[in-house]
Amino acid sequence: MIFELQDLVVNYGVIRALKGISLQIDEGEIVTLIGANGAGKSTTLRTISGLIKPKSGKIVFDGADITHQNAAKRVAAGISQAPEGRRVFAELTVTENLEMGAFLRKNKAEVRADMEEVFGRFPILAERRKQPAGTLSGGEQQMLAIGRALMAKPRMMLLDEPSLGLAPIVVKEIFAIIREINAAGTTIFLVEQNARMALKIANRGYVLETGTITLTGTGDELAAADEVQRSYLGH
Amino acid sequence: MERFLQQIVNGVSLGSIYALIALGYTMVYGIIKLINFAHGDVLMIGAFVSFAVTTFTRLGFIPALLISMVTCMCLGVIIERVAYKPLRNSSRIAVLITAIGVSLLLEYTLMYFVGAQTRSFRQGVLPATIYNIGGVRISVQQIIIILLSLVLMMLLQFIVRKTKQGKAMRAVSFDKEAAQLMGINVDRTISFTFLLGSALAGAAGVMVGIYYNSIDPLMGMMPGLKAFVAAVFGGIGNIPGAMVGGLSIGVIETLVAGYGASLYRDAAVFAILILVLILKPSGLMGKGGGSKV
Repeated sequence: MIFELQDLVVNYGVIRALKGISLQIDEGEIVTLIGANGAGKSTTLRTISGLIKPKSGKIVFDGADITHQNAAKRVAAGISQAPEGRRVFAELTVTENLEMGAFLRKNKAEVRADMEEVFGRFPILAERRKQPAGTLSGGEQQMLAIGRALMAKPRMMLLDEPSLGLAPIVVKEIFAIIREINAAGTTIFLVEQNARMALKIANRGYVLETGTITLTGTGDELAAADEVQRSYLGH
Repeated sequence: MERFLQQIVNGVSLGSIYALIALGYTMVYGIIKLINFAHGDVLMIGAFVSFAVTTFTRLGFIPALLISMVTCMCLGVIIERVAYKPLRNSSRIAVLITAIGVSLLLEYTLMYFVGAQTRSFRQGVLPATIYNIGGVRISVQQIIIILLSLVLMMLLQFIVRKTKQGKAMRAVSFDKEAAQLMGINVDRTISFTFLLGSALAGAAGVMVGIYYNSIDPLMGMMPGLKAFVAAVFGGIGNIPGAMVGGLSIGVIETLVAGYGASLYRDAAVFAILILVLILKPSGLMGKGGGSKV
């Protein structure tokens, strides 16, 4: 097991956004967290990245309790995130965005090599490397957000709604890339509203409903489960 | 024509001082959305430091300038840490009022120690030579002000565009949370921004002192306000905008003064502020949406 949430409670102002959730992720897995809008999916990822402090509970990564570490320490430890809505630095060029992804890394030669790898994975980004990120299309920005998260050389990558607002064909492409990244050894924790796609590539999944995990199982089990079919797959 | 060129020369040298000050306003606004009203007073402290250095030691212009810049750097970082950082999650108006408080604190603390009278730099800090080029007079001081501002602005552009810290600054300005996800330390980046802005204010303070050859504890107010207008004119939060805005305001002010409306030079500058806020609140080079000042 590389990562674990233990009874995590998070308040958002006066609202209890997460009411004590627990989950485990093994090294090399793709685990997805599905749920409706407002269920607390993004809150979960933001808490894991250290942007929100939990009220109680524990976050364990690689055997160490990281609940009280700041965001930078978690990136250094090997958790990076491609956030919801991509959040690329629109005024920075594609290259500069990738450099920011590697902000904490000291070995310049390695960073440069990894950047070439990202450009190899996303040839369209290589073409646009000098362009401000704000001029990219939605799909390209998502690729950049993923590439930027890769630049931190993560052991576990958090992906928040990578399919949001993208054309189906682009979504397919993005999910193929997620699979590739996973195959290359990075553990993936994927938050999605597009349950169909997410369950297709995930080893395991959790269903989150208004701050509580209501169901868990392998990707296929969840895809076959009645509640999931009714609520998230539209059967 | 000579008279016009003369005013342009005067305007460009005054305007480059405004540009240096405006850069501090605009960078700080870019990163924490604060109009740092104490910025003009950091400039004043810079002027007093260089005055003290040149008066009480035998050091010349360049060492005095460097000492002023370093002092202001420290002052700017301390002000941010002590006064603004505790208010990071407060309303913007709370921070704005604090900034005005810091401004008054600096002005009247210094006045308590040195009094309100004006002082002049000793003769010979800079040579008083004036060149006459085809009827247009330009002093060594003006040349130094223009060149020095140019060098400092180029240096700033280099830091902001090419260095890792500078890029982090732009990233934090654009999206603090996303920057945190990169592992960027937001607090340190904000300190760095104050450090850069205050160093430029320190340099500008020395120049204002030399340009008017008079310093006093309230001297930062007017240049501070005008540089603020320059920053808004150029598009607040926009670095090239601050440079263009500073030069424009300087030139406009000297043209108004040079063509017989000397009494209205300040009024003209603030009229521009009003016009900009009515016609294009985002400024010359600012992006749409309009900045709420």
